[in-house]
Amino acid sequence: METSELIEKLVLIVVLFAVTLGIAAYATYFERKVAAWFQDRIGPDRAGPFGILQPLADGGKLFFKEDFIPDAAEKWLFILGPGIAMFTALMTGSVIPWSTNLTLFGQDIALQVADVNIGILFIMGFLSIGVYGIMIGGWASNNKYSLFSAVRASSQMISYELAMGICVIVIVMMTGSLGLREIVDAQHGMNWNVFYQPVAFVVFFICALAETNRAPFDLPECESELIGGYHTEYGSMKMGFYLFAEYVSLFISSAVISTLFFGGYNFPGMDNFEGNTLAILGVVAMFTKTFIFVFIFMWIRWTLPRFRFDQLMHLGWKSLIPISLINLLITGLVIAFNEGWFK
Amino acid sequence: MKTMQSLTDRKKVVSKKEMTFMEKLYLPAIIGGMWITFKHLFRKNNTVKYPEETREFAPVYRGQHVLKRDEEGRENCTACGLCAVACPAEAITMVAAERVKGEENLYREEKYAEKYEINMLRCIFCGLCEEACPKEAIFLTDRIVPSNFERDEFVYGKDRLVEQLNDRIDITKRQHTGKRSKI
Repeated sequence: METSELIEKLVLIVVLFAVTLGIAAYATYFERKVAAWFQDRIGPDRAGPFGILQPLADGGKLFFKEDFIPDAAEKWLFILGPGIAMFTALMTGSVIPWSTNLTLFGQDIALQVADVNIGILFIMGFLSIGVYGIMIGGWASNNKYSLFSAVRASSQMISYELAMGICVIVIVMMTGSLGLREIVDAQHGMNWNVFYQPVAFVVFFICALAETNRAPFDLPECESELIGGYHTEYGSMKMGFYLFAEYVSLFISSAVISTLFFGGYNFPGMDNFEGNTLAILGVVAMFTKTFIFVFIFMWIRWTLPRFRFDQLMHLGWKSLIPISLINLLITGLVIAFNEGWFK
Repeated sequence: MKTMQSLTDRKKVVSKKEMTFMEKLYLPAIIGGMWITFKHLFRKNNTVKYPEETREFAPVYRGQHVLKRDEEGRENCTACGLCAVACPAEAITMVAAERVKGEENLYREEKYAEKYEINMLRCIFCGLCEEACPKEAIFLTDRIVPSNFERDEFVYGKDRLVEQLNDRIDITKRQHTGKRSKI
């Protein structure tokens, strides 16, 4: 690998890391603001103008709190849990294409850390590993509520991954590629997948809610039954990592939804631009879509009550999986028909 | 067997009707719910920004007590102890003393309270002391008892209960008996 390419990728990684963490930090702020707006309140407004420094204050507080490890906890796994959760949440961002190529210093720079040709599989894989963060943390706490919550989280995530995977297969069938760059390029202009696969989109969206453990699927953190959930025994920045990882995956899953179904960096009328203007407008389009989804995630959280666990399993296994399978079948038939199999 | 007849017509039969297909989809109901929350985005908020803005107290608000002086600045309290007897929380204690010559400008009657203490942690702010007082000496005001880190700071003596001559406490909003002095 050339030095220039190495530097380019390093800069891209650092920028993506900073942007993801910054957005996750401000997602916590907006979560509280949005909650306040929905409940006719003001929300945090003391730290700086409009409370804009609130995430810094929260982070500072978490860092300075006592870093406590319970006596009965499995020490190393207890420390490892939040680390895994954060790591997997951050890793998924690396394969998402943020825009078309940018030309700087006479070089073509792809705004994507790694154009893996199995991009979407990579994301699904890391989502699955994300369960380990919760499972290990919940088990290592040596607290029955944490363990309950961890078991709930893992069974929930495994169940919803199936339906999610089938929806991804539909998109892969339509595009003919697992690479996210190809999937986005196939949705050029206004040719978004959501217009061809609305059912897959709805199912994928519901599964994304369940995968990120957000309301109405936030059973692992169900306060009324499980105290705090898998992070009951955690304090200080370790708990901060768990909460933070949730917001990172909120951002990343919004980005994945926009990539798969809403054309990623494509926007109507994009043929009138080219070069760097197109790249920058593409970034704007991508982030606009992502933020709209982040808002919808929050909107749902502050509207719907939490599911009961049997309802959750019922919905996952008996509704979403059959629906997505039928959708898969119909898509397959239509594609086969267009290819001329039935002639 | 004879069925029991209900004595009232208030009983309700539980309905467990099957959900229709649209209801089973849940999506229309979810979108309806989200529309409701969305409308709240544009509502005016109800927040009172507390330290900067305070809500107006009700005229009958019962807060920190005051021991009143009369129009000449003499203490009304005669240490009869009726407030202490009336107090359901036993928060009030006092020591009575006899007025000596030369103190007529300080105390209204021959007997006065040398010590008068209210334990604000015991007090339930019911206002029975005020009701019991025959001399219109004790009143609950619209002031809030400030919080503190030390428990003993909450036993209020005469230094904090008796109103200052140059800083009279207005209790006209509290009661309009007509018997009491104007100030």
